Amino acid sequence: MAERRYSKTHEWVTVDGKTATVGISDFAQAQLGDVVFLDLPKPGGKVSKGETFGVIESVKAASDLYSPVSGTVAAVNDNLTAHPELVNSDPYGEGWLLKVELAGAAPSDLMDEAEYKKAAEDGAH
Amino acid sequence: MTEPLSFELSRPGAEPPRLPAAGVHGPGPEEALAKDVLRAQRPDLPRLSEPEIMRHYSRMASLNYSISEQFYPLGSCTMKYNPVANEAAAALPGFAGLHPYQDEETVQGALELMHRLERALAEIVGVDRVTLQPAAGAHGEWTALRMIQAYHRSRGDSRTEVLVPDSAHGTNPASAALSGFEVVEVRSGPDGRISLADLESKLSPRVAALMLTNPNTLGLFEREILDVAEMVHATGAMLYYDGANLNAFMGVARPGDMGFDAVHMNLHKTFTTPHGGGGPGAGPVGVKADLVPFLPHPTVEKSDGHFGLDFKRPKSIGRVRSFYGNFGMLVRAYTYILAMGGDGLTQASLDAVLSANYLRKQVEGVLDLPHDGPCMHEFVASAHNLAPQGVKALDVAKGLLERDFYAPTVYFPLVVPEAIMVEPTETESKATLDAFAAALKEIVEQARTDPAALHAEPHSLPVGRLDEVGTARRITAYLTGQSEDPVLRWKRARK
Amino acid sequence: MPYLVHSPQDREEMLAAIGVESMDGLLGDIPASLRIHDLTLARGLSEFETMATLRDLAAANRVFADRLTFRGGGVYKRFIPTAVAAVTGKPEFYTAYTPYQPEASQGTLQAIYEFQTLIAELTALDVANASLYDGATAVAEASMMARVHTGRDEILVAGYVHPEYVEVLHTFSEGRGMKVKRGDEPNNKTAAVVFQQPDFLGLLVDARELTERAHSAGALAIACVDPISLAILAPPGEYGADIAVGEGQQLGLSASFGGPHVGFIACTKDLVRRLPGRLIGTSHDAQGRRGFVLTLTAREQHIRREKATSNICTNHSLCALAAAVYMTYMGEAGMREVAEISFKRAHALADRLAALPGWELAFPERQFLNEFPMIVPKSRPLLRKLAKKGILGGLEVGRWFRELRGVLTFTCTEVNDPAAIDQLVEALGA
Repeated sequence: MAERRYSKTHEWVTVDGKTATVGISDFAQAQLGDVVFLDLPKPGGKVSKGETFGVIESVKAASDLYSPVSGTVAAVNDNLTAHPELVNSDPYGEGWLLKVELAGAAPSDLMDEAEYKKAAEDGAH
Repeated sequence: MTEPLSFELSRPGAEPPRLPAAGVHGPGPEEALAKDVLRAQRPDLPRLSEPEIMRHYSRMASLNYSISEQFYPLGSCTMKYNPVANEAAAALPGFAGLHPYQDEETVQGALELMHRLERALAEIVGVDRVTLQPAAGAHGEWTALRMIQAYHRSRGDSRTEVLVPDSAHGTNPASAALSGFEVVEVRSGPDGRISLADLESKLSPRVAALMLTNPNTLGLFEREILDVAEMVHATGAMLYYDGANLNAFMGVARPGDMGFDAVHMNLHKTFTTPHGGGGPGAGPVGVKADLVPFLPHPTVEKSDGHFGLDFKRPKSIGRVRSFYGNFGMLVRAYTYILAMGGDGLTQASLDAVLSANYLRKQVEGVLDLPHDGPCMHEFVASAHNLAPQGVKALDVAKGLLERDFYAPTVYFPLVVPEAIMVEPTETESKATLDAFAAALKEIVEQARTDPAALHAEPHSLPVGRLDEVGTARRITAYLTGQSEDPVLRWKRARK
Repeated sequence: MPYLVHSPQDREEMLAAIGVESMDGLLGDIPASLRIHDLTLARGLSEFETMATLRDLAAANRVFADRLTFRGGGVYKRFIPTAVAAVTGKPEFYTAYTPYQPEASQGTLQAIYEFQTLIAELTALDVANASLYDGATAVAEASMMARVHTGRDEILVAGYVHPEYVEVLHTFSEGRGMKVKRGDEPNNKTAAVVFQQPDFLGLLVDARELTERAHSAGALAIACVDPISLAILAPPGEYGADIAVGEGQQLGLSASFGGPHVGFIACTKDLVRRLPGRLIGTSHDAQGRRGFVLTLTAREQHIRREKATSNICTNHSLCALAAAVYMTYMGEAGMREVAEISFKRAHALADRLAALPGWELAFPERQFLNEFPMIVPKSRPLLRKLAKKGILGGLEVGRWFRELRGVLTFTCTEVNDPAAIDQLVEALGA
């Protein structure tokens, strides 16, 4: 299993060859509370690092999702349409959001688990 | 106790109401119009007799809390008593029966009332003119920003940013964004007031306006308001006043004197028009001379003792709603202002501030008070101190409902964790405030001794805590074709 | 002083409890240069004097009898069942707050849920919201939905849509990236085609054709409709419009010089997430009891703040309640009968007016329901003559449309009895 890395905006990414899997962190899902809806791009769409690619909505909040990588959307987690709660119950597994075919190399400026944990605790927002 | 839906009570045998006969000859629409113009399938409306309808709505009414029966300590909402005379005035046939397209000569009383209300509001907030057209507070905010934008543009100045403090009402950034502005947040300092240093760093020739609530949403007066106004004006930007908290200082200070260029007011807060379970309200906007040319049209003008509507305002931002605003609410607000007078409004604000500080004192040691007093007409406490027991602001709110009080505003402002925002208003007696403080103490005590019981409250209301997550998820299921239940409406079960 | 509750003794006790000597001890944050001690308003009046003043102002207006009011243009005199005011006059409804605490607001929530259902049924669309300010802002909000949904920025206004609604749409479009154009030929920049059925003049438009055109250009169709007409006319859902909006004043609300009234908006399933304003849905408590809650609130400006696509944070709840009582009282059969009576009387009136010398229907080939445009000789003196006889005659629509100078629209509803029609025609003949 590839190492999971995190963005400041609480998304995670794992890279396997040219394919990246993107989701939101356990910390982020806990902050949001019960997820009720996700607005995600369609396969074939483009995402760019640092840009919004969708919206995640809980009963008490709606947040933009920011892509930690650039590339083409290869797959979207269709299960979330019927079961958005998977983002809460299994954010790093069944609650993944997108698979992205990377354009270029994987970004090197993302945080590892320890760095992210520290950043999340310090600057929770 | 719950009440079935009118659709569930419906009886196919119920007779329709008796209506007059047409009394003229000629074909009806079914004969006269082509089939594809006509409705194919009849709407599924309920069929009930008048006695059943009246009981249905009376029973529903009994499921509500209301200001007529309960204390509503809702911060930023100014839930004061709604004088019954207001209702009687608005119902006078000479107002309620007026068609908006009657000729001016036949509506002189209505126009005079609007003119007098405009003058009174202008005096209360210290501005030159007021538009009465916006239908609600947020509508007023947006109207004001559009005027500010038009003002800058008329000077060939295309400013793109609006500054909004982090403690502001959520409508502020929304209204700014929908006027095409980019929203830039200004931070509060540790004392809960706007940080002048942060403001300084955000001000630039790109800034069109700073939107400010004073007293701010923490109930604190922005002591440095004159400095703020000077800094903002020095860059050519305008200062906008969110009038949600105007009840703090009628007759005590005026936003116009503080340097605000545009001021919105909520007639349904400060001026006692009823909330109606969520509207209608009215959100007039007052402006200083620079912004007058940009007021929505029509304005009400007086000349030679005659009142008229002025549609010829070339710089106007245009209309923001049809006709002349929520006229019925204007009648109510004017009735209130007339009854109170300058002396009464001043005393109302003083009493509002007194009550808030008195209640704040009672709450000391019960809940956290993150900012030093005194406060103005409202204060923000925090249920943070109950976190070790797993009790949240929401639990305190529900505990108050159980004790026959409406809940305070919770989780706002966002800058205070577990915020509980309390605004008692001047129309609640000392005895009521004491009873409310006692209820809060009881809840906090219960949080320590039996938090589980608190989590289960309310249990004596028509329903207990409702599964809001379930509702939202069922809607998603419906919208994505996984379920037939539309959730947002009743639908007859398929046979 | 009216409505204040503290006695001087209460005030002293409260100040003492706080630990300050006077109010100045609480107002120290206000700079001295800003402090005032009174307002230059008149002193307060007794209730007797207050109401006398209000009655004088009301008496300075001229109220035309409902049966002699033939002017519409978006606001109509209709029969309002007494039940409506009896319900909206209940303090449990009119003095309640926005239902943010559902346990203590089930009455309001259920009433509005019923309103949403009634509007959805009437428009034959999937979902309606809890109401908007008025018909004009409803058109503007619907256009914004189309703008966001299609990613296109042009709103095409087809035909005679209420001119004030179009003015409001113009004001709204500034800053929201929308351009408003007139015409009925949508193209690949068109976000929506907006039309009114019947139109501002009272004439029927080809709603099916306009909807098809919108769809074939990839745009949405927004139908601005008269709610009473939907008892007989094909509703937006039947001809495939995506969004229905309208003014609900005719559903039990008095004219009240133009407000408060109530806007409504309904849409297809695909657009529900873009609906502005409040939405109420069903829920359950832990005991399985059904209840109602405000839902999908995360879309709203409280949470989305600068990312919200609407800044509306209110509805016209009490007006929506009035409309719900009206629709429930009338039922489908009652509303249909009201529409039929109005249709028959308006056509009888049109025939009588067209027979007057110098009078003719402005669009004789077009069909209408209960409002129609007439070309008349010298409208001004004619209206003045009618007013002298207590009759509020037709509306001069040339005020908004240059090509319609000399045209008056007349309306006739169930309150204009045959004797009133006789009175109007006789007054014109005299």
